[in-house]
Amino acid sequence: MKGLWLGIVISVIVIALAVISFVWTPYDIQVLDVPNKLHPPDATNLLGTDHFGRDILSMIMLGARTSIAVALVAVGIGMAIGVPLGLWAAARRGSLLDEVIMRGNDLIFAFPSLVIAILITAVFGPSAVNAIIAIGIFNIPVFARLTRGAALSLWERDFILAARVCGKSAFRISWEHILPNITNLMIVQGTIQFSLGILAEAALSYVGLGAQPPTASWGRMLADAQTLVTLAPHVALVPGLAIVVTVLGLNLMGDGLRDRLDPRVRADRT
Amino acid sequence: MLRYALKRLLSLTISLIIASIVIFAVIEVIPGDVVRQILGEAYREDTAAALRTELGLDGGPVSRYFSWVTGMLTGDFGTSYTYRTPVADLISDRIGVSLPLAIYALVLSTLIAFPAGIYAASRRGGAGDVTVMGLTQLGVAIPNFWFAMIMVLVFAINLRWFPSGGFPGWDKGFWVSMKALTLPAIALALPQAAILARVMRSSLLDMLGEDFMRTARAKGLTRRQALWRHGVRNALIPVLTIIGLQFAFLLAGGIIIEQVFYLPGLGRLIFQAISARDLIVVESVVMLLVFLVILVNFTVDLAYAAVDPRLRSRA
Repeated sequence: MKGLWLGIVISVIVIALAVISFVWTPYDIQVLDVPNKLHPPDATNLLGTDHFGRDILSMIMLGARTSIAVALVAVGIGMAIGVPLGLWAAARRGSLLDEVIMRGNDLIFAFPSLVIAILITAVFGPSAVNAIIAIGIFNIPVFARLTRGAALSLWERDFILAARVCGKSAFRISWEHILPNITNLMIVQGTIQFSLGILAEAALSYVGLGAQPPTASWGRMLADAQTLVTLAPHVALVPGLAIVVTVLGLNLMGDGLRDRLDPRVRADRT
Repeated sequence: MLRYALKRLLSLTISLIIASIVIFAVIEVIPGDVVRQILGEAYREDTAAALRTELGLDGGPVSRYFSWVTGMLTGDFGTSYTYRTPVADLISDRIGVSLPLAIYALVLSTLIAFPAGIYAASRRGGAGDVTVMGLTQLGVAIPNFWFAMIMVLVFAINLRWFPSGGFPGWDKGFWVSMKALTLPAIALALPQAAILARVMRSSLLDMLGEDFMRTARAKGLTRRQALWRHGVRNALIPVLTIIGLQFAFLLAGGIIIEQVFYLPGLGRLIFQAISARDLIVVESVVMLLVFLVILVNFTVDLAYAAVDPRLRSRA
């Protein structure tokens, strides 16, 4: 259980940094201080300064906001559409509708998420919102499949049979009995998709398809750092480490939650 | 087996048709007239009409969709708006970088993941297992493009073992080209190797609990012999599926890594085309990537069914 707690601590710290950035950052990143550029970390700038002399710690805090917002909304989109689709497919298991929903999912899976993002940006132009949509679309089949699979095994259970005998509709059974029983599974998968979303956002903004300046973003910071890496390694190291630590924390939390919440894994351990 | 293959082939075709309609429709809704963009503000109507014909932009959406699809089937992907060369030529140039890169990364990922996964499974719960699992946690958390930048700093700039970017071209020699692709391939392979090692480990652990493993031990095989002859072989089945999926990821993921190393592959082509609004190129490259991904998954499905007869009846 050590991993779970470490994961929770890291995640809380990152979220706290993002929240604090709404009211306070060590320096104002709108103010450029070019003479003080590419300063290595010291007491005045704890994580150094970038090529415009902006404080990197402040940018990391603001970047955390972008990463969390993009990944969170993308997971929200995936759940809001994927879970109902999965429930619906499970309620009508074996029907044409089930087949259509699942084949549709396979099709989305066949598009690499990056390619979806590229298509969307080619049409609507690069922005954080389009990055959210691209990552969110890719989350839909993940949640739909997981929900359908879990719901299918629940439909075989006696308490669902009892609900059906009571005359409850498939919709009410899905809502009142299936959904509460798969919440744990969704929390675990949500954590994992959240960390994948952070990686995806970083990759998209690295190639210029994500958040646009002046919005701070970890991926953008790395793109800016690429040509400066020999002059000042810290401009590339710090944002990269921020991503690694955040994703690691979320994954540890996801794995830990799975051990706690997922009955299948619990049964495995005994 | 034949029925299964035909069924999968049908669903492959349907997927491709839907994918092509989606891609075409998405590109179609983009505002702006390409011809006006190329010619600027002042142009003569007949010039515009001629250019429109040359680029294949006359006619309604439906007829253009069909000419795009039938063109692709015969290897004619249309003419690039900006390069004014056939898109097929542009693609065949670039795929000579992207495909070898993906294959190279796949080989590396497998070479790292197999021993790591088997080692971890055979030392379940021990220090070796914990170390390997810790490393895989790290491997999936590291963005591969950042790892690539760090490797450039260490191995290209400081140690000068590898070039920091660019691609000499296969005509300049096999080894020089492979050397240029080595750092990109390692960067691309890292997260996939971490995932694959985990799959290998858990799949092998599942096998170790099976009755046939006990039988193998009972008939006198040593632990090691039983592990290799029966455990690893059976554990490979789920691992092969993941490898197939990973190939698709590597092909698409290469788009980002190509940016780090300035490699002239499909990724750079697509980004240049986006910024130049050269949509026919975007359209065709995206379709090609989706086609390759669907094709790889189809092949894996078939290979899987050939190995495991239970799957044929299920589908």
